[in-house]
Amino acid sequence: MRIALDFAPMLAQWPLLLLGAAWTLGLTAISTLLGGIIGTGCAWARARGAAPLRLAVGAYVELIRNTPFIVQLFFIFYGLPAAGVLLSPVTASILAMTINLGAYATEIIRAGIVTTPRGQIEAGESLALSRVQVFLHVVLPPALKRVWPALVSQIIIVMLGSAVCGQISVEELSHAANLIQSRNFRAFEAYILATAIYLVLAIGVRRLLYWAGPRFVFGR
Amino acid sequence: MVDFTLWDIVRNLLLAARWTVILSVIAFIGGGLAGLILLVLPLTGNRVAELAIGGYVQVFQGTPLLMQLFLLYFGIALFGVDTSAWTAACAALTLYSSAYLTEIWRGCVASIPRGQWEASSSLALSFGQQLGHVILPQALKVAVPPTVGFLVQVIKGTALASVIGFVELTKAGGMIANVTYQPMLVYGCVALIYFALCFPISLYAGSLERKLNVGRR
Repeated sequence: MRIALDFAPMLAQWPLLLLGAAWTLGLTAISTLLGGIIGTGCAWARARGAAPLRLAVGAYVELIRNTPFIVQLFFIFYGLPAAGVLLSPVTASILAMTINLGAYATEIIRAGIVTTPRGQIEAGESLALSRVQVFLHVVLPPALKRVWPALVSQIIIVMLGSAVCGQISVEELSHAANLIQSRNFRAFEAYILATAIYLVLAIGVRRLLYWAGPRFVFGR
Repeated sequence: MVDFTLWDIVRNLLLAARWTVILSVIAFIGGGLAGLILLVLPLTGNRVAELAIGGYVQVFQGTPLLMQLFLLYFGIALFGVDTSAWTAACAALTLYSSAYLTEIWRGCVASIPRGQWEASSSLALSFGQQLGHVILPQALKVAVPPTVGFLVQVIKGTALASVIGFVELTKAGGMIANVTYQPMLVYGCVALIYFALCFPISLYAGSLERKLNVGRR
């Protein structure tokens, strides 16, 4: 038997794929930014906060880390409207990705924070820095530097996970592949092309973040 | 119109959850066996195998599981084999698990000092004996916590099989939400069942890790 693969009809649909890739990157960028902020705040709360706060953050982290992303997304998109919170597919996706990344980032950043040598914090305090200043200028940058590879991997996992957002009709890359295969019935080619683009995006984003980390996030 | 009580919803979800469990077990065991082969091949010193397996791991870790599911679903059909969602989900999750497990275990084997290999080979042990008696028993100790931790990732991964129409917990949740008009309740229950499956395993993996680290501190 012969398998005839034909990629020409795929390449004719390149604007869709390009738009899809742009959506995937855009969703990832926004949720990385917001998730990073949540992760940093929660990591601080979990490492140094009061007991009830630690417990609340711990519950959030464990709840998110032990349920599938697709269920979180469906709960937000299909479930929340019952409580009167109506979200567009894009907002729901960003919210789900942010909450998801925030939980993982909390654990990762916390691991970096707790390994800060005690002497550095004391040195900061002896310079009359406030607690917030010590955290932002003394503790956080080296902590981020220590856990940067883990954080970057997690960001990429969230980006690849965003393929599910196509299921609630966000026009990201996997949705573009779905649309193309419904137009020309060449499902295998459409998905293999989309998969290849995901691979390129994953490698590219990893490179970009490894490059950007020391320059813009934590300094050398 | 039939009224669904909370118990009806939970009971149906729990019935569907066995498919999540079965799929996870198949993927985990199948992936483990395939991962073991992929682990041992490059250790024989075969450069080509090493590169090929490196590429395999990179592809499976660098692409969405959802796309892998779609590719297997439509790809197997390309060979004229009648694919069910069941075969495609098993195949995709097995391949996915094998890529992650082989990578986890590769790190564990690499953490065994070179001297162990050299000492065992100076005792004229064959490659198989070296692995079986010297390297793997030591690597196993380090490998158990992350392997148990990965099981959680497999269970969560099976939720994506719902997208290709495999009726497990997430898909059943969607169907029940559609007939009861209570998506919030239903997806909340779905999430709680996943949590009940995964959280004990996460705790167990965490405690194993702490035990392992006690000796090292």
